[in-house]
Amino acid sequence: MANDLFNSFMSGPDEQGRFGIFGGRFVSETLMPLILSLEEEYNKAKDDPTFWAEMDDLWANYVGRPSPLYFAERLTEHLGGAKIYLKRDELNHTGAHKINNVLGQIILARRMGKTRIIAETGAGQHGVATATVCAKFGLKCIVYMGAHDVQRQAPNVFRMRLLGAEVIPVTSGRGTLKDAMNDALRDWVTNVRDTFYCIGTVAGPHPYPAMVRDFQSIIGKEAKEQMMKAEGRLPDTIIAAIGGGSNAMGLFYPFLDDKAVNIIGVEAGGKGVNEKMEHCASLTGGRPGVLHGNRTYLLQDDDGQILEGYSISAGLDYPGIGPEHSWLHEVGRATYVSITDKEALEAFQLCCATEGIIPALEPSHALAHVMKIAPELPKDHLICMNMCGRGDKDVQTVAKYLNFDMSDTEGRTVG
Amino acid sequence: MTRIDAKFAALKAEGKKAFVAYVMAGDPDYDTSLEVVKGLPGAGVDVIELGLPFTDPMADGPTIQAAGQRALEQGMTLQRTLDLARTFRETDDTTPIVLMGYYNPIYSRGVDAFLADAKAAGIDGLIVVDLPPEEDAELCLPAQAAGLNFIRLATPTTDDKRLPRVLQNTSGFVYYVSITGITGAAEAEATDVGPEVARIKAATNLPVIVGFGINTPEKSRNIASVSDGAVVGSAIVSQIGAGKPVADVLTFVKSLSDGAHSA
Repeated sequence: MANDLFNSFMSGPDEQGRFGIFGGRFVSETLMPLILSLEEEYNKAKDDPTFWAEMDDLWANYVGRPSPLYFAERLTEHLGGAKIYLKRDELNHTGAHKINNVLGQIILARRMGKTRIIAETGAGQHGVATATVCAKFGLKCIVYMGAHDVQRQAPNVFRMRLLGAEVIPVTSGRGTLKDAMNDALRDWVTNVRDTFYCIGTVAGPHPYPAMVRDFQSIIGKEAKEQMMKAEGRLPDTIIAAIGGGSNAMGLFYPFLDDKAVNIIGVEAGGKGVNEKMEHCASLTGGRPGVLHGNRTYLLQDDDGQILEGYSISAGLDYPGIGPEHSWLHEVGRATYVSITDKEALEAFQLCCATEGIIPALEPSHALAHVMKIAPELPKDHLICMNMCGRGDKDVQTVAKYLNFDMSDTEGRTVG
Repeated sequence: MTRIDAKFAALKAEGKKAFVAYVMAGDPDYDTSLEVVKGLPGAGVDVIELGLPFTDPMADGPTIQAAGQRALEQGMTLQRTLDLARTFRETDDTTPIVLMGYYNPIYSRGVDAFLADAKAAGIDGLIVVDLPPEEDAELCLPAQAAGLNFIRLATPTTDDKRLPRVLQNTSGFVYYVSITGITGAAEAEATDVGPEVARIKAATNLPVIVGFGINTPEKSRNIASVSDGAVVGSAIVSQIGAGKPVADVLTFVKSLSDGAHSA
């Protein structure tokens, strides 16, 4: 129906790469021709059945898709309200949703004849996924990672190196994810001929936010079909955690025009969304600005200088958010909330104890919000939460926060 | 006609090449930075590029990024940067000042308010690295309407097909980026730059100034000899960063400007 199309939330971005005022192409002239060429190649690939045939084959046989939609029965009983389903993207090869997008971009890079792949990573999940797919295709892989993150995510650094990637600790700026992204952009601007920049989230200059969303949308497409099969109807509420926002965009996008579906994004509230800015809740605590090629909500000071975010979760530790989320926030199609470190840790433990699933700290934020709302909702209310990553990488961090001495074989806590 | 247009007209009449110097506003602190800027015209600088500090300068190398961090740690802001320009203007009403930086501090202030303040402070032109022609409506067109030059970067990746678009709303001069890369990294070679400058000059009447990878008086001369002038940034900024006395920094700048002016 024409009227429905007109009102669609799924038609963005426009030709300028904008979602409302958000998005765009704020890059240096050196990169502009590369971004235009990427857009052209992506548009070709998107309409090419052989591209998607290759994706589908690898998703099925290399990644292990579709990921299950799992009814979390004990969690549901424990919370005593809404019926909770988990979309199990933590069961993907490499343990998170990141590989959905990496496969798409690397196949595109191969079509474009690029031989050198660069990526930025925070927690290391995108870096591991990129190193993995590069190893599979025999491509050179360079991963930029903030020096601070290199320390707190040592196992992922070793994984990337085992997979043949070169991991470059970034010490410029403050040595965090945003600095890693700066250095990846600097690499790209220097190595324009042979290099493909594989961005890990729905941010950056157009066409990245749309392209990454399209690759991650497999999550929402599957969830929709699986929910129809399990319950014969769509979920009432879908929930996902947000750093840059790629797993959330992947879950949300196919549901945007299903107006009865309530959409909730969960940002990292760190130590609390307050004036000290010890959080990463760009939408809750930031305002619109321009960074890393796009206009979006950013954590910044009064002078437009970018602030460092803080979160227990390295994967959410980014001062921006994908531009499409900024737009969905402003038009009110999705609701964005924040969850503190403490709340996320409680959810992490509850999930381990009730479902036998060790979640990553990122989806633990989403789960913490589920814990808040589920008890108040009726038993026939269906929640679908994206379990976007597994928590093996986080056990050391969690042990530290819980004062658990990992070297103590008796399992005592510290002090 | 802006001070930039007047300066290039004068240089052309004299048959001289331009020397452009970049320094970061507020580096290592406001007073020292002002002293350096005030000394630049006497050291042979034809156009001053005043860096606007930003936390995430994605087109700059470590030298400029560190300078920006030093400035920010000393409390430098967009407002203080404009204050510095205004103070300079009290004693020099002819040397053009181009504000060079990234869009977010400007966007954060508000484009209209920024343009009014910049114009009042005596800024003549803007180079905003992360605003390509595709985003002209943001700042380029409003700046031109406010009487400020908007100087565009052309790069080795700007092919003939794209060049007209890059030149379309450019004024003052064209800044040719000599290398693919960041400031202060690879070295520019006159043999590579010459044909590129000729290609751009065939498409515009604006002066074509070359920057990135120029760090010695000899390079300054060589590059100026195949273009309308040379820009040096990181090499000067690294002297300031090393804590050299202002007089020594200006002596170094003089050697670079002599290089360009002897071309």
